[in-house]
Amino acid sequence: MKKLINRPEDLVREQLQGVALAHAGLVRVSLEPAYVVRADAPVQGKVGILSGGGSGHEPMHGGYVGTGMLDAACPGAVFTSPTPDQILEATRAVNGGAGILHIVKNYTGDVLNFEMAAELARADGIEVEAVVIADDVAVKDSLYTAGRRGVGVTVLAEKMCGAAAEERRPLGQVAEVCRKVSALGRSMGMALTSCTVPHVGKPTFELPADEMEIGIGIHGEPGRTRMKLRTAAEITELLATPVLDDLPYRRGDEVLAFVNGMGGTPLIELYVVFHELARICQGRGVRIARSLVGSYITSLEMAGCSISLVRMDDELLRLWDAPVKTAGLRWGM
Amino acid sequence: MAITSDDIIVWLRGCAAAIAAHKDELTRLDADIGDADHGANMDRGFQAVAGKLAGMAGQDIAAILKAVAMTLISSVGGASGPLYGTLFLQMAGATTGKVDLNPAGWEAALRAGVDGVAKRGKARRGEKTMLDSLLPAVEALSAALASGAAFGEALWRCERAAHQGMLDTIPLVATKGRASYLGERSAGHQDPGATSAHLLVQAAAEAWAPGRERAS
Repeated sequence: MKKLINRPEDLVREQLQGVALAHAGLVRVSLEPAYVVRADAPVQGKVGILSGGGSGHEPMHGGYVGTGMLDAACPGAVFTSPTPDQILEATRAVNGGAGILHIVKNYTGDVLNFEMAAELARADGIEVEAVVIADDVAVKDSLYTAGRRGVGVTVLAEKMCGAAAEERRPLGQVAEVCRKVSALGRSMGMALTSCTVPHVGKPTFELPADEMEIGIGIHGEPGRTRMKLRTAAEITELLATPVLDDLPYRRGDEVLAFVNGMGGTPLIELYVVFHELARICQGRGVRIARSLVGSYITSLEMAGCSISLVRMDDELLRLWDAPVKTAGLRWGM
Repeated sequence: MAITSDDIIVWLRGCAAAIAAHKDELTRLDADIGDADHGANMDRGFQAVAGKLAGMAGQDIAAILKAVAMTLISSVGGASGPLYGTLFLQMAGATTGKVDLNPAGWEAALRAGVDGVAKRGKARRGEKTMLDSLLPAVEALSAALASGAAFGEALWRCERAAHQGMLDTIPLVATKGRASYLGERSAGHQDPGATSAHLLVQAAAEAWAPGRERAS
């Protein structure tokens, strides 16, 4: 294992200390329990947006704390959900009296910990709504699975919910925006290489040099199929087709198209994938109205990418375009 | 025998030691069908528990179990934190006001804990989870006590049932938790949650009926 770390057990804490120093104007950091809140929290009269999950997906979620996106982020250990006491403390820290929206990715651990945290916060008299994001089409959504995993659409939902909260919309409406983005968004990812969880010290899975995993999860969970490596055009087709077919996205739809890097893939390759995605969308008459290209929800140093689409309307376009100022996403201010 | 709060502390120390000794095995099992963190998470939680045990001497059983629950909830993370936290929280609820536990009291506490896990996880037997060792363990304990077995014997029958339940997860296809993403590919692997749950059951037998030869 070759990593820029001191001791694996200090990684999350030291990262937070770095974030606190690098982005002092944007955020405040608590180390015990671990959470990041925007510098001016709590914002009175505004719905607080809180998300969290295992570390190792940076810049998600801590990198999205700031004006126009998240009020708070709770990092767990690497690839491990945060704990209820931690989520409760962060919820209290950003409670401006208008309620809190918990944006939760659909993993059993995250859902259980956020459920317990919401119960504790409500017992404290804080109004909490939780929306679970489940956009990964690689997983069959059935009674026989834990349901689809929350992946790329989470980042897009955090941005649009943050904008809705800045408009001072009430909790019910902000949660409605979140459910809408989740309902209209779909994703699928792939891996060229595995990743190594620091405290484990060896790769999460073995992938031969000439093979790839289609449908990978952001924790290295195996996907739909493993196959020989192909060209970027063919790989993009393998990801985009199930995404487009699932909602489905139809001729005339306007979409936000998001090509995400898994952490170890350079931007030059992500733009090649975006070019292929644009070609596929054009062939189906789906218009890309907005785009995001870069590594925004990662899996440590895994090489690979994911594709997300969200069907947009005027409301969502306005919320997407609204100003945002965070370490990981910034425009308009 | 009557289980005192000192006995509970001995059991919990045994749990922490067993989890530490099997940390790498739990992580390896989790790497096969999950996300390779079960050993590290459980060890972090039970080391935190172990660190607090010295200060718990003399407290009543429910207070100790509740402190264990809160420690696990705040230090384990993942799905295991709330699930094991719920196990101990419900056990605390079932032992409130009791200075010590007779065998039936221990059985009732364990049953309350396991029922709590099933409710929290919305799971039942056969879904390749920790319940696959915990539910048979409770049933075996009840059956052994009902048949008039001595408590030590009942504890080891409980352990054997948990062990068998753990092994029985190997051919199962997971329908709950992260392993369910694998569908059919989850078959052929032993469930890490059922494995850690067996360690806790085994620690009780070793703490309170030591030296007894195990059947395997």
